[in-house]
Amino acid sequence: MLDRAAGAVLSFLATVGEAALFALAAARALVVPPFEVRETVRQLYELGFRSAPLIAVSGLAVGVVLSMHTRASLERFGAESMIPAGLAIALVRETGPLTAGLLLSGRIGAGIGAELGAMRVTEQIDALEASAVDAFRYLVVTRVAACMIAVPILTTVMNFSGMLGGFLAERAISGMSLALYFERAFSLIGMSDYIPATAKTIVFGFIIATVSSYLGFNTQSGTAGVGRASTRAVVLSSILIIVSNVLLVRAIFFLFPEVAGR
Amino acid sequence: MSAALGPAGSTSGTAAHAVRLEGISKTFGRRNVLANVSFEVRAGTGFVILGRSGTGKSVTLRHIVGLVRPDRGRVLVDGTDVAHAGTRELSRVRQGIGFLFQNAALFDSITVGENVAFPVRRHTSMAQDEIRARVREKLAAVGLEGEEDKMPGALSGGMRKRAGLARALALDPPLLLVDEPSAGLDPITADEIDSLLLDLKERGGRTLVIVTHNIPSARRLGDELIMLHEGQVVERGSADHFDRSANPIVRAFMSSRHSG
Repeated sequence: MLDRAAGAVLSFLATVGEAALFALAAARALVVPPFEVRETVRQLYELGFRSAPLIAVSGLAVGVVLSMHTRASLERFGAESMIPAGLAIALVRETGPLTAGLLLSGRIGAGIGAELGAMRVTEQIDALEASAVDAFRYLVVTRVAACMIAVPILTTVMNFSGMLGGFLAERAISGMSLALYFERAFSLIGMSDYIPATAKTIVFGFIIATVSSYLGFNTQSGTAGVGRASTRAVVLSSILIIVSNVLLVRAIFFLFPEVAGR
Repeated sequence: MSAALGPAGSTSGTAAHAVRLEGISKTFGRRNVLANVSFEVRAGTGFVILGRSGTGKSVTLRHIVGLVRPDRGRVLVDGTDVAHAGTRELSRVRQGIGFLFQNAALFDSITVGENVAFPVRRHTSMAQDEIRARVREKLAAVGLEGEEDKMPGALSGGMRKRAGLARALALDPPLLLVDEPSAGLDPITADEIDSLLLDLKERGGRTLVIVTHNIPSARRLGDELIMLHEGQVVERGSADHFDRSANPIVRAFMSSRHSG
């Protein structure tokens, strides 16, 4: 019994170590040539551009709901005029980045895990290597780079569509004009709110791509393994995003005290 | 790639051995897959690795192209030790090797034509027109002319194998590694694939290393055969030698229902 438990712990630690080395190798390959520019651009389209509708629609819905909650809270204090600013702060600082990160860990993480997993079990990754192509650079590093570029951009899309959703909700209730809404929305937020919060999603992009690539790249046991890789990619990258978010917010508060209101 | 891998008449100092495995051992977990395997493949010949499933045939083939590295021993391809080669050296050696995988391993997100063009785009500076001509030529050579715009998923098993062969030949490699050419194919299609391979050896002067458990295919393509059993070479020689072998493992294998 003890032997089995020790074996499981050792196996877990070995996997964590292997995954960490995989992530380090990806980080190194991001800055050391040769670069697979063409494939990275293709991945930007596949992973980034094609995720835009999901993010835009979700952002719109999140904005509507947030606006309704914000109104319910601020109405009690007669501070309805603060609704656009309150919504903007909530979206830009936290809701936008975290929601975009989690949504993309679902769409992109599952996609990468399944695609690379299927390529592994059908020997396509071996075929790439046998064709004298560095499969790690071609398949993994390109996806990591594309995610690190796409996730902050998509987060910005989510912020704006969220604000648009908030405006539509507010317009329906109070008849507020677009110009007034956005003037109030941007009255309390600055670049120090937007840049650190959006920059942290570069880390989310790195987490999503490396975790799902690692699981896909090391898929075993045929099609069942592909399914497992895909599911684990979503679960693990979501958990890591939530946990890393705590550390990143702490780091942002330390580096940008004005964001923490100090 | 020097002439050593090429057609007969090579003058390399490594005699005419295109491939040489020296004392290869490989373990996966606790499973000993290969134990001190050694053999040579002469340039311009057909070399067949026979054996039952799970005896290490495909792992041996993967060692030759550096997809698997041995725990012990050397894998010499055209004089370069693939087992210990650096990235650049390995890339150079691999460009001289075509690999036909058991299930063809076509890249399923791109067309058949793009699959064949892939190695050409990666490793040559050919113009677009030249690449298109090369793709047409290779697909025609395997009887798939006009199929370049199809997706791999739309092909039958035999057509996939042919497309895989066209991709393996895209860079005109002097050495071709073939994993189970007849697996999953009907006898007629399997025979057609064998004819293509035979033609590549006899008219193209290529060196073939073929993994199979199909005896008729081995007789037809193999100038020299080895049999692997439990990770070890238990017999080597011509097909006639195998027919006369006193080794009970070989006798059982050669008289199986696949012996045709």
